[in-house]
Amino acid sequence: MPVQFSEAARKKLDAVIARYPTRMAATLPALHIAQAELGALTSEVQQVVADYLGLPVAHIYGVVTFYTMFHQKPVGKNVLMVCTNVSCMLRGAYDILGHVERKLGIRPGETTADGMFTLVEEECLAACANAPMMICGTEYFLDLTPEKIDRALEELMKNPRSEHVD
Amino acid sequence: MPAAIGFKLLTNGFGDEAQKQIATFEKRGGYASLKKAFGMKPVEIVDEVKKSNLRGRGGAGFATGMKWGFIPKDAKTVYLVINADESEPGTCKDRELLYWDPHQLIEGIIVSSFAVGCHHAYVYIRGEMMREFKVLKKAVDEAYAKGYLGKNVAGSGYPLDLTVHRGAGAYICGEETSLLNSLEGKRGWPRLKPPFPAVKGLFGAPTIVNNVETIMNVPHIINKGGAWYNDLGMGKSGGTRIVCVSGHVNKPGVYELPVGITFRQIIFDICGGVPGGRNVRAVIPGGTSMPPLDADELDVPCEFDALMTDKRIKECEVQPGVKFDMGGGRTLRTMAGSGGIVVMDDATDIPAVVARIMRFYAHESCGQCTPCREGTGWLARVSTRVAEGKGRPGDVTLLGSIAHGIAGNTICALGEAAAWPMLGFLTKFRGDFEAKLRAAEGSVDERDVTTERIAVGAH
Repeated sequence: MPVQFSEAARKKLDAVIARYPTRMAATLPALHIAQAELGALTSEVQQVVADYLGLPVAHIYGVVTFYTMFHQKPVGKNVLMVCTNVSCMLRGAYDILGHVERKLGIRPGETTADGMFTLVEEECLAACANAPMMICGTEYFLDLTPEKIDRALEELMKNPRSEHVD
Repeated sequence: MPAAIGFKLLTNGFGDEAQKQIATFEKRGGYASLKKAFGMKPVEIVDEVKKSNLRGRGGAGFATGMKWGFIPKDAKTVYLVINADESEPGTCKDRELLYWDPHQLIEGIIVSSFAVGCHHAYVYIRGEMMREFKVLKKAVDEAYAKGYLGKNVAGSGYPLDLTVHRGAGAYICGEETSLLNSLEGKRGWPRLKPPFPAVKGLFGAPTIVNNVETIMNVPHIINKGGAWYNDLGMGKSGGTRIVCVSGHVNKPGVYELPVGITFRQIIFDICGGVPGGRNVRAVIPGGTSMPPLDADELDVPCEFDALMTDKRIKECEVQPGVKFDMGGGRTLRTMAGSGGIVVMDDATDIPAVVARIMRFYAHESCGQCTPCREGTGWLARVSTRVAEGKGRPGDVTLLGSIAHGIAGNTICALGEAAAWPMLGFLTKFRGDFEAKLRAAEGSVDERDVTTERIAVGAH
């Protein structure tokens, strides 16, 4: 069966499109909706978005490849973003990242074999006063220590935090 | 009267989850400025903001009232766009403001929209701020339900829509013209200026782009008057300043402070000094794009004009004895930037920090202009090999020369954002880089440095 938007997603898309004077302006929100409903933004999904907005798929592809939160390949149920930028680095972020890597057995950019975690080495996430830190979906993990990470990973195994919000 | 330490204008809602609900916000005087604002003429609001000396808190410190005055008088459609794409390393104030007090932003948007003639405002919020996106969306829904947004704002007859637009991961979209392209559904490539957004911005219409903190000040200016607001600050900077202090301090945090407070006061009086009683080595005064201060420069006020002109701050050099010329003979000390203050103690490996900063800009360069696309990657590779003790003779000079080749030669300020801290750190901490080179002498394996790979140009 070909990939297509559900009725509910179409309603969301139409509501979003109505907020802008051009259909092109709905590209980012439409891709967020597509990613939440259809999963990774494969070329097939990109075509569905392009058709819905009446835009060339080349435009959609250009946008998908520009932004780091649009995934062309499937990601884990938890996308774990660990900040290693300066404020976090000064307070041990690389040790923190190393601890996460060892616990999950993956490197940044990789996904665990069980599909539970994708690890991202992230740039500054604007929580510098609580460095080192990481986020997963709407959840913040602040003032990190190895023990806090162990607890966070256990919790996320049980209750994954989606990166899809609307 | 200048604000005293402890005075809060914008951060009263911090730390209390109840404050983000509309009923609680109204109870402490929220949305009260609307009645007064709609009783004024738009031009009177602009004048009041001009009088207040409110300056843009995104980083540039541009006079907000003056910016608003650039909207052509005969403009039919005008947009107000709020830049909530906070991603400048070391900066975490807008995210906190959005999380704790979203209605304060909406109130500011309503008053500001009326002032500039906007009937559909957009908030461009950073993609990674998923929690804040949800908080803001909920607040917007509440404001619509209460009649503060929609066809007849607070019974004034003025129609205003507000749409929250999520980014998707790109530092460059904090640059205002890149943000506008992203909002139009495109890759976030900056646009050439002129035309400036106030003349030709979103969807080709005159557009004002303002930072979250900037706009949150506007209702207070209307409530208490521009003169009152101006008096809180110093010189040509009105109001208070929210700073985010991180790195080597005992009490990192987001603090609302008087504009004229010095860096020494911030570090020692507000943030409890440096852990372990160590000394301060370097301070980034306003996000990693800004040249650092060294330990001798901590007595300058954390204020826009002072950081650009105070003679106690050394001027940045391209090479020893050769001052960096920003154009027209203007030299560069530093700038107040985004309020992101990063403190480094005397045990900090400065070249390693600089290499991390350079990798950030290389990762975030949009790839549009050659000096930035190639130059930031080059800075990242050379600074990394220096930091790792694999530097080659001449690398320190090379870093200065690459940075000089980027600055001033790109469409947007990301070029400067990478070049300025490079030049600043080289000017003030050159010995640290040279020591790394001396340590590397004779130990460099040519294959190591030529095959090293750094992920750059993610966009």
